[in-house]
Amino acid sequence: MDDLYRDYILEHYRRPHNFGVLDQPTASYEGSNPLCGDRITMMLGISDGVVREVAFTGRGCAISQASASMLTDEIKGKTVEEVEKMTPEDLLDLIGIEISPARLKCALLSLDTVAHALADQASGQASAEETQPQPGQ
Amino acid sequence: MADTATPTARIRTQPARIDPHRIRADFPILATANRFGKPLVYLDSAATSLKPKAVIEAVDGYNSEYSSNIHRGIYEIAERATAAYEAARVSTARLINAPEAAEIVFVRNATEAINLVAYSWGRRNIGRGDTIVLTEMEHHANLVPWQVLVQERDGDLEFIPITDDGLLRLEVYEALLHLHPKLVAFTHVSNMLGTINPVRELTEMAHAAGALVLIDGAQAVPHIPVDVQAIGADFYVFSGHKMLGPTGSGALWARRELLEAMPPFLAGGDMIREVHLRRSDWNEIPYKFEAGTPDIAAEIGLGAAAEYLMGLGMDAIRVHEQELARYAIETLRREVPGIEMYGPEAGDRGGVVSFNLPGIHPHDVAQILDRSGICIRAGHHCTMPLHERFDLAATARASFNVYTIPEEIDALAVGLREVVRIFER
Repeated sequence: MDDLYRDYILEHYRRPHNFGVLDQPTASYEGSNPLCGDRITMMLGISDGVVREVAFTGRGCAISQASASMLTDEIKGKTVEEVEKMTPEDLLDLIGIEISPARLKCALLSLDTVAHALADQASGQASAEETQPQPGQ
Repeated sequence: MADTATPTARIRTQPARIDPHRIRADFPILATANRFGKPLVYLDSAATSLKPKAVIEAVDGYNSEYSSNIHRGIYEIAERATAAYEAARVSTARLINAPEAAEIVFVRNATEAINLVAYSWGRRNIGRGDTIVLTEMEHHANLVPWQVLVQERDGDLEFIPITDDGLLRLEVYEALLHLHPKLVAFTHVSNMLGTINPVRELTEMAHAAGALVLIDGAQAVPHIPVDVQAIGADFYVFSGHKMLGPTGSGALWARRELLEAMPPFLAGGDMIREVHLRRSDWNEIPYKFEAGTPDIAAEIGLGAAAEYLMGLGMDAIRVHEQELARYAIETLRREVPGIEMYGPEAGDRGGVVSFNLPGIHPHDVAQILDRSGICIRAGHHCTMPLHERFDLAATARASFNVYTIPEEIDALAVGLREVVRIFER
């Protein structure tokens, strides 16, 4: 009967992968669903355009935490470009369970938080570039 | 001990009782099933209540037999609509023992009523350095409008803290009253803790300090006898949809002299006596506060809901729901090991039980219960500061009404054991 609370979802919830903090993340963001109280902080260690390290902390429902656990496994070793291209559908496929509309926000919080972390990092780089214009620009 | 009296013993001391099993036949939705074919077990009445046939028929009657505007038409169905609308006002006034029906202003819900007071009374009476006293257990509806007001008027908010049992700390309240607040606003019954506040005492203390009192009765009017004159309140607000009425209905009650001194909140048709191009004279109360065509059908439904509740008897409803709360706390504590419950341990409390299962988020609890047709609330119930006070991200909440039966609480206990089983496997 359990479409949603399958063993692997609960396993990720109980023992999340990549749970913890990075000493020196190059990008990080705290995302939350104020309505449910789900909270996730994503930390990424990026070099040469590749996500080398990833960790997260947070608390929330099984769906949000299992989603974060699976997403961190998925993006580790991928290029920033590949991660940026991930769509909500990609994440839902990864989670592999039927998510009701009321729980979509829980499931997608992890990806949303990663996207914010990358966007913050990109805008930080952009403003750094603005202050130090490259020759030829 | 009176508190633990058995139901049989109670019959002697409480002559008026309701029979929830019979009452359920009045609620068509209770005969429906969810997508898994499970009968509806509705334990989310604090969010919104189910509607009895009397209310549904009152709304349908207006829409299908005499749909027309009020206070205008010189024809039979328009007169009928006006009469029904005003009769609803009389019923609503009787339910809370308001001295006169003209002191009932129809609004969409308690939130709108509080906003009306904050805009109309507040902008005239709250200035720089003025204090409004609230409590830590307020619904956002009785918090955010005051935040907006004091930010705009450069006033201050103070808060009566609560004990770990969810009771207001009256000794701190007494100290706060030395600040000479202009207004004290508090909830009658907490929508998360179930606490029934000592509204009469709180009001007397406020008045002694020279403050006016606004009471949020959204969780009280459906469940316990409310007498605004006995309480001595200045403003009392409630929603129709939590008291078996339609969504879009609600009421503000305030003392006549307050309403008469207050400027209009919304301006437009029906709230005026005379309109000239550059000025207008306001209509008498309550019409001064009812600009534009209201939700006529909904307010007529509210009147029907008030009559329905009075027909059952508010004293009997209160006994029923207090017994349910006690039964729920006992049953869940016995049947669901590790469950944490919040709010006053014993004595007077409303039909609301908020809880958590250790290590399981309330959303997961609610989702799994849904498969058994059991509807509960999961989240912060529009009381984020209160959840912060208890360091909780969220809670699950079961809440009751006249149609709730002990069997539904038994079903909840079985459902919660299933939740624990799934998470422990």
